Amino acid sequence: MTTAAIDADALECIMQEPPSSSLVMEARNLNFFYGKHQSLFSVSLPVQRNAITALIGPSGCGKSTLLRVLNRIYALYPGQHCTGRVVLNGEDVLHEQKRLRWLRKRVSLAVETQTGPDPIEHDQALRAGTDLARLRARVGMVFQKPTPFPMSIYDNIAFGVRIYHRKTKAEMDVIVEKSLRRAALWDEVKDKLHAPGLGLSGGQQQRLCVARGIAVEPEILLLDEPASALDPVSTAKLEATLLELKKEFTIVIVTHNLQQAARIADYTGFMYLGRMVEFGPTNGLFMNPQLQQTRDYVTGRFG
Amino acid sequence: MQVHELRRKIVDRLFTIACFGATVLALVALVFILWSLVIQGIGSLDLHVFTQSTPAPGSQGGLLNAIVGSLMMCMLAMIIALGIGILAGTWLAEYGGRTPYGAVVRFMNDVLLSAPSILVGLFIYELLVRPFHGFSGYAGAVALAFLATPIVTRTTEDILNLQPHTLREAGIALGTPQWRVIRQILWRAATAGLVTGGLLGFARISGETAPLLFTALNNQFFSLDMGHPTASLPAVIFQYALSAYDDWRRLAWAGSLIIAVVVLSISIIGRFMTREKFKP
Repeated sequence: MTTAAIDADALECIMQEPPSSSLVMEARNLNFFYGKHQSLFSVSLPVQRNAITALIGPSGCGKSTLLRVLNRIYALYPGQHCTGRVVLNGEDVLHEQKRLRWLRKRVSLAVETQTGPDPIEHDQALRAGTDLARLRARVGMVFQKPTPFPMSIYDNIAFGVRIYHRKTKAEMDVIVEKSLRRAALWDEVKDKLHAPGLGLSGGQQQRLCVARGIAVEPEILLLDEPASALDPVSTAKLEATLLELKKEFTIVIVTHNLQQAARIADYTGFMYLGRMVEFGPTNGLFMNPQLQQTRDYVTGRFG
Repeated sequence: MQVHELRRKIVDRLFTIACFGATVLALVALVFILWSLVIQGIGSLDLHVFTQSTPAPGSQGGLLNAIVGSLMMCMLAMIIALGIGILAGTWLAEYGGRTPYGAVVRFMNDVLLSAPSILVGLFIYELLVRPFHGFSGYAGAVALAFLATPIVTRTTEDILNLQPHTLREAGIALGTPQWRVIRQILWRAATAGLVTGGLLGFARISGETAPLLFTALNNQFFSLDMGHPTASLPAVIFQYALSAYDDWRRLAWAGSLIIAVVVLSISIIGRFMTREKFKP
């Protein structure tokens, strides 16, 4: 245990990034605050297209927080805010939030004082609201605990698609089957598509959530410790699914399971005390870590 | 040392006996009420109770008008209460619950939850009866809705707060607007709880007498028109139980039994549904 001896501000940072032409998303210099408490310090994360990027590190190091910034799910909670830059396919998706917040303020102020909102600004604010939802449709997310919606397996998949697209029954059938096949769940549920999703086993529920996430064809799929509630067999199936999925999607996964990161990830980032300590190709990070903290963590000496 | 221990044991035993005794007392009272209700009520129950309206003293009759009146008013009251209560509870749980205004709304709702029903009756009397120059079933329904709405609001907020946070985030993470997450995911996940809230509200108002005396009054004849004074079981029981006629008093017993059975079974169904739903 060397934890107590480490001065957080003195942590070094080594980034071995993938070629910038292959990046689909880039987070740069993110600082994140829960109220006054800062939990990310100038964190950067390059995400390579059609690859799996894993985030590892001890509990509370900011892995999940970083993930929640990428699709801005944190914006649900007042008091949480973030500075820095998140670029998704060349578009700054974090910057837009400031404009949104400012516009919201303007609009609510205008409504409160009964002067009526400026119609153009009001319209922009509404569109910004839609953009936030659209951003989340572009950056899908699967959580630690399986979260099937209280509806049939079929409707679980169709739910997200219906929000943005009007599909005929036949088209939807195709999408549902394709998503379930890609999540390696089709053979297990094809005869009970209209049974409730909550009736599946934990591992199946998690793959249902993956299928639901990819049905809307996101550019990136974020997974927050998706296998921590699963048994080894279900975990193996989920990992096989992810390896298959990276051919079409880009995946960022937070995991406490070092072997899991070593098995499936192309790039791995080690986070500690809210900093990105070391980032690089998975093999290098595990076989030949550059920094002492990384070496201690991947060899199981602390954390 | 030993005296001390002995004393502790005696106090412990006495306290246990006191608790046990209080429980027995409450249960005996309940059993006694139910027993006399069943004995007296069963004897007075026959087909006429459900097919004929309230009679003049000495002639044959039943409670049909009162049963139908009660059903109509309670149904309308529940439609109003569910509409307002579910929306208000949802607002408290999902939107404004943490704001100062939300805290005020929740407090006011708790006050309404225990408001004396006779005050609600008087309030509606001033609001709907006097201005329109007449008692009516609609006024009765609104008075009952006033009593049921806080219950529905409360249970809705509680049930929605029980839904896991990840369910909301999972919906939002798909790019779903918040109102759609609430309507299509949260309400659906909370259906059993919402129904329970409705049942509890219904059970509460189906036995209320005081607010109806000021609003719906009563009606001796069968009528489906709620624009006029409307009969109700509690009001008929109130009137007949105090009367000097044996056959009227028998009908009051029959009506009491009907209400007791209905309320009891609704409560049991409500309990059963929540238990099934939230068993860990």
